Amino acid sequence: MRIIPSERQPDSSITKPLVRDETKFAAGKIAAFQWIVVGAFFFLLTGYWDLQVRNEEIYNAKALQNQIKSLPIPAPRGKILDRDNRIIVDNHEAFKLILSRENLKEEHIHPIALGLGLEPDVLEARVKRYRSRPTYFTIPLKEDLTREELTFVEAHRGEDSFSEMELIRSQFRVYPKGGLAGHVIGYLGEISDAELNSPEWAAYNPGDLIGKMGIERFYNEVLKGVDGQRQVRVDNRMNTREILGIKEAVPGKDMQLTIDLDLQVVAELAMQGRRGAVVALDPRSGEILALVSAPSYDPNQFVGRVNSRDLVALMSDAAKPMFNRAVQAQLAPGSTFKPIVAIAGLEAGVIDENTTVHCSGGASFYGRYFKCHKKGGHGTVDLHKALAQSCDVYFYTAGNRLGIDKIAEYAELAGFGRKTGIDLPGEKEGTMPSSKWKIRALREKWYAGETISVAIGQGAVTSSPLQLAHAIGGLVAGGVWMRPHIVREAKAATAARRADLKTENVMKVINGMYAVVNEGGTGGASRIPGIEFCGKTGTAQRISNKLMDLGKHGDEYKDDAWFVGFAPRSAPEIVVAALWENGVHGNLAGPIVRDIIKAYFDKKARSDKKRPLNVASVQPPPAGGR
Amino acid sequence: MAAYRRMRDLDWPMLILALVIAALGILQIYSATLDSKFDTAWWKQGVWLGCGLLAMWFMSRVDYHTLLGQVPVLYGISIALLIMTPLFGAMVWGSKRWIPIGFGFRFQPSEFVKLVIVLLVARYLAELRSDRLETRDLLRLTGLVGLPLLLVAMQPDLGTSLTYIPILAVGIFLGGPRWQHVVSILVLAAVLMPVGWLVLKDYQRARLVTFMDPMRDPMGSGYQVIQSKIAVGAGGMWGKGVTRGSQTQLRFLPVTHTDFLISAFAEEHGFVGMVVVFGLFFLLLMQIVQNAQSAPDRAGMFICMGVCALLLFHAIVNAGMAVGRMPVTGIPMPLMSYGGSSMLSIFMMLGLVNNVRLRRVVS
Repeated sequence: MRIIPSERQPDSSITKPLVRDETKFAAGKIAAFQWIVVGAFFFLLTGYWDLQVRNEEIYNAKALQNQIKSLPIPAPRGKILDRDNRIIVDNHEAFKLILSRENLKEEHIHPIALGLGLEPDVLEARVKRYRSRPTYFTIPLKEDLTREELTFVEAHRGEDSFSEMELIRSQFRVYPKGGLAGHVIGYLGEISDAELNSPEWAAYNPGDLIGKMGIERFYNEVLKGVDGQRQVRVDNRMNTREILGIKEAVPGKDMQLTIDLDLQVVAELAMQGRRGAVVALDPRSGEILALVSAPSYDPNQFVGRVNSRDLVALMSDAAKPMFNRAVQAQLAPGSTFKPIVAIAGLEAGVIDENTTVHCSGGASFYGRYFKCHKKGGHGTVDLHKALAQSCDVYFYTAGNRLGIDKIAEYAELAGFGRKTGIDLPGEKEGTMPSSKWKIRALREKWYAGETISVAIGQGAVTSSPLQLAHAIGGLVAGGVWMRPHIVREAKAATAARRADLKTENVMKVINGMYAVVNEGGTGGASRIPGIEFCGKTGTAQRISNKLMDLGKHGDEYKDDAWFVGFAPRSAPEIVVAALWENGVHGNLAGPIVRDIIKAYFDKKARSDKKRPLNVASVQPPPAGGR
Repeated sequence: MAAYRRMRDLDWPMLILALVIAALGILQIYSATLDSKFDTAWWKQGVWLGCGLLAMWFMSRVDYHTLLGQVPVLYGISIALLIMTPLFGAMVWGSKRWIPIGFGFRFQPSEFVKLVIVLLVARYLAELRSDRLETRDLLRLTGLVGLPLLLVAMQPDLGTSLTYIPILAVGIFLGGPRWQHVVSILVLAAVLMPVGWLVLKDYQRARLVTFMDPMRDPMGSGYQVIQSKIAVGAGGMWGKGVTRGSQTQLRFLPVTHTDFLISAFAEEHGFVGMVVVFGLFFLLLMQIVQNAQSAPDRAGMFICMGVCALLLFHAIVNAGMAVGRMPVTGIPMPLMSYGGSSMLSIFMMLGLVNNVRLRRVVS
C-alpha cells in the first residue's frame, strides 16, 4: 500500500503511525557512511600532510620567493663636460624595464617578448645566460621605454599577470644633436655576445649598456658608477610593504674633457662635406682641444634600442662614419713628415742651415729617378727654402745621407710607429719603417733606395692625424712630447717623452715652417694676419706612381691633403693636424687648420679682454654720499 | 512533547563543536583581513553567528514534521525565488546569486534551498516506506531535486548547485537503490560528463583544466591553486602563527576570508591546526550521524544524513581545493568561511538535526 507522495495529504505520516517507519533498516548503510567520512578526512589529511610536512621546505621557499624582490637602483652615468664645464653629454630620466628573476616564470618569457617586440629566442637566451648569477641579478629588458611599451607593461603587471616585469626609473643619455664630437664621445650600446665572451667585459651581464666608442667606452668604468640594490618585501600587487635592505647606488663620475666646444664646432664645420680628420692639441700639456673625424654619426641613434637598420646602414657606409680617422687612419703623411727628417738631419749633423741641394725637378738615387713635385725644379735650395717650398729633392738627399735607421730613430722619438697613448679606444700605431722593422715585418733586408720615399713621408711610413699633431707639437715645443689626452684628469698619468734637441736646430725647423705660411711657401693661402702661424703642407699619394700610370684616376685615388700647423712661432700653444682624404693638395687642407688656430686666438683675445673687466666688477663700488 | 524541548535535551556536543569551529573561523577571518578593506568581516561574521544561533533555536522549536508537511509550499517558494534571482538579482563577480533585501543586505536563495532539498528528500524517501527504491521514484526524486539544481547552475553558480547532489545521493544510498540503478547512474554520469563540458562556461572549463594541471595557466585560473598550495605548504607542521602568514598577509592568497580561508588557516596554524579542524569536523559529523541513528523515524534519519552529507561535501570540496585535490569552486568551508547566508543556512540545518534529536525515542 505504497502511496505516491504527491497524492498524499500533508502530515499524514505524522498522525498515522505506519509500518516500516523505523530507522534500523539503514543501520548498515549508516555505518558504511561513517567509514566514508573517515575515508574522506583521511584523504584530506594526506593532502595537507603532503604539502605541510613532506614538502614544507619547497613551499616555504616559494612563499619567500613570492614576497622578496630585489630591484636595482641604477647609478646615473657621469656627465661629460667640455674644458669650460659646458655640458656635452647629459642625462634624462625615463623608465627602464627589467625582469626580476626571483619571480620569473619560464612560461612568461615568450608572451613578454612578443608584447615588447623582442625576439622570444633572444630573450630566452638572455635569461639562460643569467643562470650562473645569483637570483637577485635582474635582467634588463628595455631602456627608455616609449609610451606604447609603458602601456603594455602597466597593463600586464600585478597578481594575475607578469609580476616579474618591473619598471624602474633610470637615467638615459642625451647626446648633442647632429653628432657633435661623436667620435670623441662615442655612444652607449647593449653589450654584444662577442664582448661578453671577452675578458675585458667579463664582469658584465647580457643586456648591460656599455660605452661602445670614444670616451664612453674608454672611461666606461668611471662613468657608469655602481648600481645599487634594494631588497623589498612586496605584496601580490608588487607594492612595497617593507624595505629589507638598501645598497645605495654610487653615481658615475662626471668627466671634464680637454675639448673646447668652440674649437670643436669650428673644426666640425671646416670638415663638413669632407672625408678626413682634424686633431687640435696643446703641445705644452697634450690636451686635445678638438678632435673630428668626418663623416660622423649621431650617437642619439643608439640611445635606447638600436634600430638595426640604422646600424647596418652606418656600418656598410662606404665613407665609414663609424671609423675614427683621427686616431685610426693610417695614411702616408707626405710632406708633413719633412720637419721630422729636417730635425733628424740637423741633429745627426748630416745637414745644416747652409747645406744646399740643387733641384732640377728630380734626382736619381740607386739607379732610380725620383721626381720632385715641382716639375721645373726649385733650383738651389737650403733647408729654409726646402721646407717653405717643400722641395722633395732636398729631402731625398737629406734622407739618403741619414739612412733609414737614423730617420726612424727621430721619427719614433716623435711618436711615429707607436701609439700616442691617447685615452680613446682603438688607436692605431701606424708604421715607421726601419731596417729592423722590415726584417721583423717582411723578413726582408732594407734597400737603401726605399729610404728616399720615406724621407718625403711616402713609402711604408703611415701616420694618423693624431700622431702627426703629436709629433710636430712635441718637436716645436722643443722636443717634449706630452701624452695626448681628452679627459682633464688624465694629465696626472702623463709621462712626457723628451729628446735632447738643440734649441737652434728646433728654431731652424720652426722658421722653415713659418716660411711655409708667411714667406711665400706652399701654405701661403692660410696666413692669419697678426698671428705667427706656422705649418707644413703635405700631399700624399694614395697609390704608387706605377698604378697611377695604369690609369687609376678615380676620386678615391686622388692624393690626400694634409696640413699640420701651430702658433705662435715662439712657445706654441696649439698645434693642429688636418687630413682631407683625396683632397688633392696639401695647401687645400691649410684653411681647415687656419680656421681652428684663428678661432683659438680669437677666443683667447676675448677672454683676455674680459678678464680685467671681471676683476673690476668684483671690486666694492665706491661709497657715495660722503 | 514539551519535555523534549528542555535545554538539557539540546545536542550540546554538536552545538559546542559548531561554535568552536565557527570561532576558529572568525579568528582566521580577523587575521586574514587585517589591514584590508574587509577588516570588518570578522565581527560581521560574529553577528551572523549570533543570527545563526537564533535561527537554530527557531528551527529546533518547530517540529520537523510540521516543516515536512510544508515541503510542497517551501519547494514552490524556492523555485519562485530561484526564478526571480536572475530577474532581480544583483550582479556580483559575473553571476546573479543574490537578491538585495534592503539595508545593504543581500539574500542568497540558493543557500536556503539546500534546507528545502534536505526536507524534500527526507519526506519523499520516508514516505516510500520501502527498503527498495523503484525506478519511478528514483526518477521523480531526481527530477524534483534537478529542477532547482539547474536553476542555480544557470545563475551561474555551479558550486552551490553541486551541493544539492550529495543530499540526493545519500538519500538514494540509504533509500535502497537496486544495483541496476547504481550502474545506470554511473553510466549516465559518464555519458553526461562530455555533455556537461559543452555546457560549462569558459571559466568553469578553465578551472577544471587547471585542476588537472595548475601550471598550465599559472597567472590565470591556476594562480589561486598555486598560491593556495604555497600557503598551505609554507605553514608546515606548526604554522606561521596568527597574522604571520606571508601568503595570507601579503595577499598572494586570493579571497582569503571566503573560499580560501582554510588555506590561510593552514598557513598560520600548520598541519597541527588542520588536524584539530578536521578532528572537530569529524566529531561534528559523527554527532550528526549519531542523531540519525537515534532518530524517531525515517524522515528524521534522512534529514540528519542529508545535513551530514552536505557538510561533508562542503568540507571535502573546500579543503580539497586548498591543496589542489579538488577543482576550484566557490564552495565555502562550512561554519568557517565568511558569509552570512552560508552561516544562517548551516545553523538552520543544525537546528533541524537538533529538532530530530529532541524528538528521539529516549531509551
